[in-house]
Amino acid sequence: MLDTQRPGLTHACVAVLRRDLTLAWRQRGDMVLPVLYALIVTSLFPFALGPESALLKRIAGGVVLVTVLLAMLLALDAMFRSDIEDGSLEQLMLAPQPLALMLGMKILAHWLATALPLIVVAPMLAGMLHLPAAVMPVLMAALLLATPLLSLLGGILVALTAGTRRSGMLLALMLLPLCVPVVIFAAGALAAAQEGLPWIAPVAWLGAALVLAVVLAPLACAAALRIALDS
Amino acid sequence: MNAASLPSFLAMGGYAIYVWPAYGVFFIVLLIDWLAPQLRRRRLLRELRARMARQDARKERASRPSAAST
Amino acid sequence: MANWIPLWLHKLSSPPVFYRFAGTLRPWAIALALVLGLVALYGGLVLAPPDYQQGDDYRIIFIHVPCAWMGLFIYGVMGVAAFIALVWRIKLAEVVAMASAPIGAAFTFITLVTGSLWGIRMWGTWWTWDARLTSELVLLFLYLGVIALYHSFEDRRQGARTAAFLALIGVVNLPIVHFSVVWWNTLHQGSTIKLLGPSTIAPSMVWPLLTMVVATKLYYVASLCSRVRADLLSLEAGKDWVRQIAENEVRG
Repeated sequence: MLDTQRPGLTHACVAVLRRDLTLAWRQRGDMVLPVLYALIVTSLFPFALGPESALLKRIAGGVVLVTVLLAMLLALDAMFRSDIEDGSLEQLMLAPQPLALMLGMKILAHWLATALPLIVVAPMLAGMLHLPAAVMPVLMAALLLATPLLSLLGGILVALTAGTRRSGMLLALMLLPLCVPVVIFAAGALAAAQEGLPWIAPVAWLGAALVLAVVLAPLACAAALRIALDS
Repeated sequence: MNAASLPSFLAMGGYAIYVWPAYGVFFIVLLIDWLAPQLRRRRLLRELRARMARQDARKERASRPSAAST
Repeated sequence: MANWIPLWLHKLSSPPVFYRFAGTLRPWAIALALVLGLVALYGGLVLAPPDYQQGDDYRIIFIHVPCAWMGLFIYGVMGVAAFIALVWRIKLAEVVAMASAPIGAAFTFITLVTGSLWGIRMWGTWWTWDARLTSELVLLFLYLGVIALYHSFEDRRQGARTAAFLALIGVVNLPIVHFSVVWWNTLHQGSTIKLLGPSTIAPSMVWPLLTMVVATKLYYVASLCSRVRADLLSLEAGKDWVRQIAENEVRG
């Protein structure tokens, strides 16, 4: 009886995804902000270090990576906030569908809304810093693997801070230890590619970490949320 | 090393400016770590006693209301 | 037959019992820590001969290495306590996990500062992006994250459980960080100078080091006792046994 009324799992996933993307689209201004932030930070580097092409070429990959990471950190805070404020997250926790899967969909939606625009503008940012065109595919591969990883890790931390009020600085402090390996491998791939060395190993490590995170992070996120909101 | 060589002991073979600050940090940080919970415990107990005193006073006032109200 | 052990542990996990137990354990632990610490300092600073390569500078090792071990050891204790706190929801485990974090952070901080002071001459600079140094810095940030998350909750117990979860994530994260930092370091060919391997240390240097290791462990026990006592008082402020302690200490 109950079972027939319960919507299917894929149906629920699509519904959550569509809802979050619609919400993100209605707040288009918020989606533009991280991109604008990344653009500002990137353009500050030549001002600070001088317009020397050789120097900029050397640091381009690392700067773009760190800028994208900071821009994502800026948007991370808002991942579950509106859902906590209007109580829809608690509805999700009570729903018959597995919470981990629903949260995974929410993280995916957040990644699509914040990280994807950043990845789209990343070649332009890298171009502004004279990153060699040959390294560009490696940059895109590194970003495509590193940003979802950061979103997933960030999702756990956002869930942990769900019960607190101000969490911006706290999130940065908690994310730093977690993102160190991600930054190291992503930047390592770029550095290797720039020196003409094989870059596939660090990218493969990132991919392996992403596969692990896709499986485990939503589960950890759900557990964290249950702990943080349970009173 | 004999007792007469105290100055040379303090000089640490010329590395006194590295060795003694290191030991200083060790002792100062651990001293702070040691004192902090003690002070906190004392403060907690003081607050608790103040609260208990307030509750006792309120109870006493409540037990003889006629003298105060009229 | 041997079920007095679980029974005893069960009793010990009740806050008033542990409060009293910690109260009796604390003075013994700190006294023993002080005695052993002084013996180790005498052995390390006076009896041990100067190193033939580094002169007297190496004497920082007698606090640097024990503190580095304590930073990791306390993280391990915190991880175990956090696991117990989350799985069995034992209040005492939450308190122990959260009380361990500041002590571990203090030891990690000492490790970083003494390591830098040592490095000024060893590496010619007070900071280098050596794998061990970088991992230690990340460990400090992990501790600070746990402490900050704990204090950002108004409800202490909820804060403790949430921070315990973060501590467990850190347990998984720490080896990954170390591995990646080592990989990164080989990639960049850092100017790392190998420290003396443990096998080349003379016995006259080893016994003060090991004595200091035991002393810092005992200090941790003593400091943990005081922190747990204070935390239990504030968590159970409304309970009768805390009121009794408050009344008794008026006279005492």
